[in-house]
Amino acid sequence: MNVHDTLFWFFSIAMLLCGVFVIANRNPVASAMALVLMFLFMAGLFVLLEAFFIAAIQVLVYAGAVMVLFLFVIMLLDIKASERRRFAFLGVFGGIVVAGAFVWEMRIILSQPVIPLQSGNTDLSAGLENVVKPLFQHYMLPFEVTALLLLVAMVGVVLLSKKDLK
Amino acid sequence: MMLELLGHLIKIAAVIGVMLGFVAYTVMLERWACAWMQDRIGPNRVGPFGVLQPLADGLKFIFKEDVLPHHVNKVYFCIAPVVTMIPGLIAMAVIPWGSNLPIAGHVIKGVIADLNVGILFIFAISSLGVYGIVLAGWASNSKYPFLGGIRSSAQMISYEVCLGLSVVPVFMQAGSLNLMKVVEYQAAHTWLVLCQPLSFFIFLVSAFAETNRTPFDLPEAEQELVGGYHTEYSSMKFAMFFLGEYAAMFVQSALMVTLFFGGWSLPFAPFNAPATELWVGAVQIGVFLAKVVCFLFLFIWVRWTIPRFRYDQLMALGWKIFIPLTIVNILLVAVVLALVAK
Amino acid sequence: MQVQRPKLTFWERTYIPQILKGMWITIRHLPMKKFTRMYPEEKPKLLGDYRGAPTLVKDPEGRVKCVSCQLCEFVCPPKAIRITPGFRADQAFDSNVEKEPKEFEIDMLRCIYCGYCEEVCPEEAIFLKNDFAITGYKREELRFNKQKLLELGGVQPDSIWKWKYKGAPPPGTPIGPVRDGKPVEKKAAGH
Repeated sequence: MNVHDTLFWFFSIAMLLCGVFVIANRNPVASAMALVLMFLFMAGLFVLLEAFFIAAIQVLVYAGAVMVLFLFVIMLLDIKASERRRFAFLGVFGGIVVAGAFVWEMRIILSQPVIPLQSGNTDLSAGLENVVKPLFQHYMLPFEVTALLLLVAMVGVVLLSKKDLK
Repeated sequence: MMLELLGHLIKIAAVIGVMLGFVAYTVMLERWACAWMQDRIGPNRVGPFGVLQPLADGLKFIFKEDVLPHHVNKVYFCIAPVVTMIPGLIAMAVIPWGSNLPIAGHVIKGVIADLNVGILFIFAISSLGVYGIVLAGWASNSKYPFLGGIRSSAQMISYEVCLGLSVVPVFMQAGSLNLMKVVEYQAAHTWLVLCQPLSFFIFLVSAFAETNRTPFDLPEAEQELVGGYHTEYSSMKFAMFFLGEYAAMFVQSALMVTLFFGGWSLPFAPFNAPATELWVGAVQIGVFLAKVVCFLFLFIWVRWTIPRFRYDQLMALGWKIFIPLTIVNILLVAVVLALVAK
Repeated sequence: MQVQRPKLTFWERTYIPQILKGMWITIRHLPMKKFTRMYPEEKPKLLGDYRGAPTLVKDPEGRVKCVSCQLCEFVCPPKAIRITPGFRADQAFDSNVEKEPKEFEIDMLRCIYCGYCEEVCPEEAIFLKNDFAITGYKREELRFNKQKLLELGGVQPDSIWKWKYKGAPPPGTPIGPVRDGKPVEKKAAGH
């Protein structure tokens, strides 16, 4: 087993452990922190795939911004009340259904023959062009439409959060 | 392979060592500068002119009692200072300290990791620094630290956006996200502060907000929040917050030097190109550090001059003024670059 | 009350000229003359009526002025003074002063430098002098005893000569029962 594989297994197992910790922990802040750690390990996996841009964005957006906002909201909630929360049977049922569906999907995917990716340059220069060129050349329209959708959603949120609509 | 790894380790140790030394002496500089600005003398007891004061401070921090209040969440309380400290150190990995150091046939690069997405790496890592402060505020389980943590999270998210958007024109002009390439572009052409003054200004102000320095030091506003997020901390844990703040200052200064002030380059030969001789490389590292020290002094100078902003002023400045300005700036630069390219 | 806000110009609203002006002021102070007093080497000049640590003083002939009336002990707000009264051993020439403290302790950790003891003393024997840096490594060190207090106090030049006889028997003539410094029994004292 070479360094690459060792790192892969380390990141994967650590990620799964963090994932379990997210749902197993009763303290929402601890869960959020575990999720942050999970994003970091996921970024590690992206680095192993030589997708440095995605790795950086993963940390920057998810770990650095989204989760901080999550934490911000969680900390403003009354944590003690949710710690005492009863066991939610509906939630458990829903979780099992989703997990089952996921396992079924995985079974379909894993039954396909594995095609190894072509690993090219090992220096740290790859990354940005591979993401940006297709995005701005082939998929310009979907990209712009997505941006517009996000803008609409944002305007909607601002409008809804105003208490007195005129 | 082994030799290469050893070389990298030495480089990392050197960068971290030099940086921590600079951080210690930035604290020293801060105390001196504030004393001089207030017509005082400043620390002058430990060693000649007090230059060994950081050593004494460090010893004092180590030997002080480490108080762990009974009401805190112990795990996160202990992790938080480390989380604040680490990002600053990691971010230095992609900042070019010098061009090359040609030693005995080998050429040592002046940067630990010559990443193609260098600036994104730095933003990603330094965006994690906020967790230390938020966790410290939350884990302390007392009201002033909590308010400090809340303020800090809001402030740092807001100004991260400004910071990120303000440097976009720089990379548009330099044509690469690789910090080494940006410096080489500046060495070959001109310092980018001359082409992108608005970018630089917004970056500078946002850097103050990101590092929680006056006039944006609301997370630790002494007059309102006792000590803010580090109210409950003592001894080495407090020292880590302290070092984390100054390490973040160092990183932001280094970033400003790299992006706007030509990094290791000077605008005349032989310092305006990657070094081919050892002494040129060494001088370039010295040039870089000298520029960084200038910015560190600027941080200190501003701190002892300007009063703190109110929180709503801070947020209004970030969201209502800087973000629109940065976007307009990006647009203008894009137009100009397109016209020039034609 | 409505505060009239001044109308600001564009540059004033950007706040930048003000910041630059402030920074110019602070940077100008860098090379200016410093006002720091290098304390342990360079002591502050105290005024004559400085209220430092309380001390016991002697008269110009080197005699203890305190007669252990214990008024200061009584008036002391933090109860820092403790006096063990006693009689003077040397009765030869000044036996119209009967008592002096056998022990006189001031706990400098409790003393609040209020100066009541100085004010209340009928003999002007206790003075708050210039010592302001009272430090020590142990609590016991800071309980100043009589000897230490007298050392700190020194000689107070004044014009009170309560030991002088006024038309009384010549020096050397014992007045009253000769005492040897031991407390006299109550009956004898009532004499």
